[in-house]
Amino acid sequence: MALKGLDIFKLTPKTNCKDCGNPTCMAFSMKVAQGALDISKCPHLSADVLEKLAESTAPPMKSLTVKAGDTEYKIGGETVLFRHEKSFVSKSLYAFSLCDTMSDAEADAALDASLKVDYERISERMYAEFISVTYEKNADRFVELAKKAMGTDRGIILNCTDFEVAEAAVAATAAAKPILNGANASNYEKMSKLATDNGIILGVGGVDLDELYETTEKIEALGNKNLILDVGCRSIKSAFEAAVQIRRAALLNKDRVFGYPSLVNVGALASGDENMQAALASLFTLKYGSIIVLEKMTYATSLAVHGLRQNVFTDPQKPMKIEPGIYPLNKADENAPCAITVDFALTYFVVSGELERSGVPVNLLISDAGGYSVLTAWAAGKLSASSVAKFIKDYDVENKIKNRTLIIPGKVAVLKGEIQDKLPDWKVIVGPNEAVALVKFMKDFAS
Amino acid sequence: MPFKKPVQKFSAAINAVELGVGENKIVLGGQNVMPFYTFDNEIANPPKVGAEISDMGFEDQVQGITGFYADCASVADMAKKAAALDSVDFICLRLESADPNGKNAPVADCVHTAKAVSDAIDKPLVIIGCKNDEKDAVLFEKVAEALQGKNALYLSAKEENYKSIAAAVGLAYRQKVGAESSVDINLAKQLNVLISQIGVDGKSIVMNLGSAAAGYGFEYVVSTMDRVGAAALSQNDTMLQMPVITPVSTESWSVKESIATQEDMPHWGSQEQRGVSMEIVTAAADLASGSSAVILRHPASIETISKLIKELI
Ligand code: B12
Ligand code: SF4
Repeated sequence: MALKGLDIFKLTPKTNCKDCGNPTCMAFSMKVAQGALDISKCPHLSADVLEKLAESTAPPMKSLTVKAGDTEYKIGGETVLFRHEKSFVSKSLYAFSLCDTMSDAEADAALDASLKVDYERISERMYAEFISVTYEKNADRFVELAKKAMGTDRGIILNCTDFEVAEAAVAATAAAKPILNGANASNYEKMSKLATDNGIILGVGGVDLDELYETTEKIEALGNKNLILDVGCRSIKSAFEAAVQIRRAALLNKDRVFGYPSLVNVGALASGDENMQAALASLFTLKYGSIIVLEKMTYATSLAVHGLRQNVFTDPQKPMKIEPGIYPLNKADENAPCAITVDFALTYFVVSGELERSGVPVNLLISDAGGYSVLTAWAAGKLSASSVAKFIKDYDVENKIKNRTLIIPGKVAVLKGEIQDKLPDWKVIVGPNEAVALVKFMKDFAS
Repeated sequence: MPFKKPVQKFSAAINAVELGVGENKIVLGGQNVMPFYTFDNEIANPPKVGAEISDMGFEDQVQGITGFYADCASVADMAKKAAALDSVDFICLRLESADPNGKNAPVADCVHTAKAVSDAIDKPLVIIGCKNDEKDAVLFEKVAEALQGKNALYLSAKEENYKSIAAAVGLAYRQKVGAESSVDINLAKQLNVLISQIGVDGKSIVMNLGSAAAGYGFEYVVSTMDRVGAAALSQNDTMLQMPVITPVSTESWSVKESIATQEDMPHWGSQEQRGVSMEIVTAAADLASGSSAVILRHPASIETISKLIKELI
């Protein structure tokens, strides 16, 4: 259980020496209890006390490092159940699946198709970070597939409850630090040892939440706290309950046994149904899946689910803004026309992407709109005829650019007249509503 | 030690709002737990799925949508076809033609369409206007008059036009008022207060908190819904206990992922499948955040989301 400020205070020297930067030991203790300060900030605590307190003042949910090729990601470490309470910190990671029942050709095709989904969206790489390899009956094939997965730049999840087979697969892939998802009530001792010996994360499963809880407790008693909890695939309903209960137990009840990240195999929950898997990936991205395994990663699923993830795991305190200014695209010079938009990172990303795709040189003007989207900025008065005119003046656009064409977003077509009045030398043109229509629009414009 | 399950059962609940009449009427809301938390308490009225149709048809849509309605000669036929699906709980008719900046169809024509649709189906009806505040105000009044006794829901009354809409729909013709705000808990509450002050019972209001497609500012949608749900359940805020309805399709089918053709983006694959995924992912996220109803367009999305709800409840 979490300690109260008073309990911590009792263990401090109570000298109020201020070495920790706090006026009193009591103030220090309260902050530690809230999780705002680390207990080690007081230099006057004995090793004994430190150890005792480190355990009980540790964050409610462990943060683990996972490896996907050369990239390291954090999973877990969440402190709130809802993002508005503070922020979610570790984004859900996704995996696609291989299984030893697949023929060579099938496995290669599956690998190939899912690996291809790999692109950037607002400075973030979007792809399935993991390949989840499942053992069903053919041990050699399983090990072979695990090795194949190791040849990619993705992380590996080994799904296997058979100890001998797991041992062989771990031996073959140890260098890639796979996640060994295979501990249960009957094999946990051996599996835990295998995982700790190789310094890898162990996935724990159980027939229900009680068994999962007890097995996790037993593994912790062995000294292994490098765990991920598999919510199981008995039914969609039970998997959802498990994902919520595990997270809630850790954060609400401060029950550290369940203070671990979770793994959800939506591929197994809705096998063969790409649409249902997309729905479940969405559900578990919001409700507490740390790693979400799908059968395959397609562009259709990825574009929607990765977009959702990128939104949900932004810090509510930090608006996603980019610097206002003149951004020449497609080698635009002073003779190229101007298009104006707002400084919301998402808007910039979508609009600049489409303009680049058109291949037509254009100077994209990013005005200071407080980091809001076009319509939000317009509704908030941060994108108006005056703000556009002010931008042209402040950034000295008329001296830097000779062309006098200004394309405005279709969604603020109502501003056209007013902007035209304020910028009589310019030709104000209303662009399309959606950026995707910009390619054709710019091409038509240039011809 | 055995696992001690946390339970969050609240004494307050979301209002249960009835839509439609007769055998197929539905109830939105009523739950006193968080979305799909059936392990905390039973959820008597699972979230509902509506099929969106438009009085302008679906000509420029993907094959799965146009194909589904290909044999329909009228909007009423489309409504009938959609309503025949088991996975559809209600029909949502968009009176897009009324838009003064578009076709600017006369109100009388829209009333006629709405009446024909209502007569053609035996499931509840939700009416979406043309998004022009003044026109919607007139339109809803006349449609509500024509649909008296049908207990339809009108989307939406906004800060700009709530007075006439709430008075006509909620008071004069005793149907359900949709209160639309823009992704902000304070605005949502304020609008509910204003509509209540006119005399409309809080239990005749359904909220549209504003929506976005996944990837397009959706974090604000999630947080607004999370906060509204928390205020309704744990703080017993009666001015935020109205069930939430979210029009998903209009957002999800207008973003690049759904409208870029395969020709334009060859490596992205089938445009139709991208649109369906966008609609499904957005809808599932809305439901997980607390929507009591979602409005969808593609038959495949409708089927998947309806199945998801059944699996979870
Ligand atoms: C998220 C959101 C917010 C967030 C802000 C997010 C942000 N950083 O902007 C918050 C919650 C803070 C917010 C606040 C408000 N919002 Co707001 N918000 C939204 C929401 C849901 C999504 C916006 C978004 O991210 N869009 C994605 C970006 C990429 O779109 P975009 O910038 O428009 O860019 C597209 C096009 O315009 C085009 N484009 C862009 N630039 C250019 C340039 C050229 C040359 C061309 C051709 C095209 C082009 O390409 C892009 C992709 O197609 C929308 C509803 C919606 N579904 O759009 C409402 C919405 C924009 N908000 C609205 C309102 C009214 C407000 C508020 C005034 C109300 C309030 N809640 O207090 C405030 C204003 C802010 C303030 N504090 O005063 C209204 C605006 C109504 C209107 N028609 O004017 C909307 C439409 C909701 C609604 N239906 O009522 N909002
Ligand atoms: S450093 Fe330690 S002893 Fe000194 S005030 Fe802080 S808590 Fe108290």
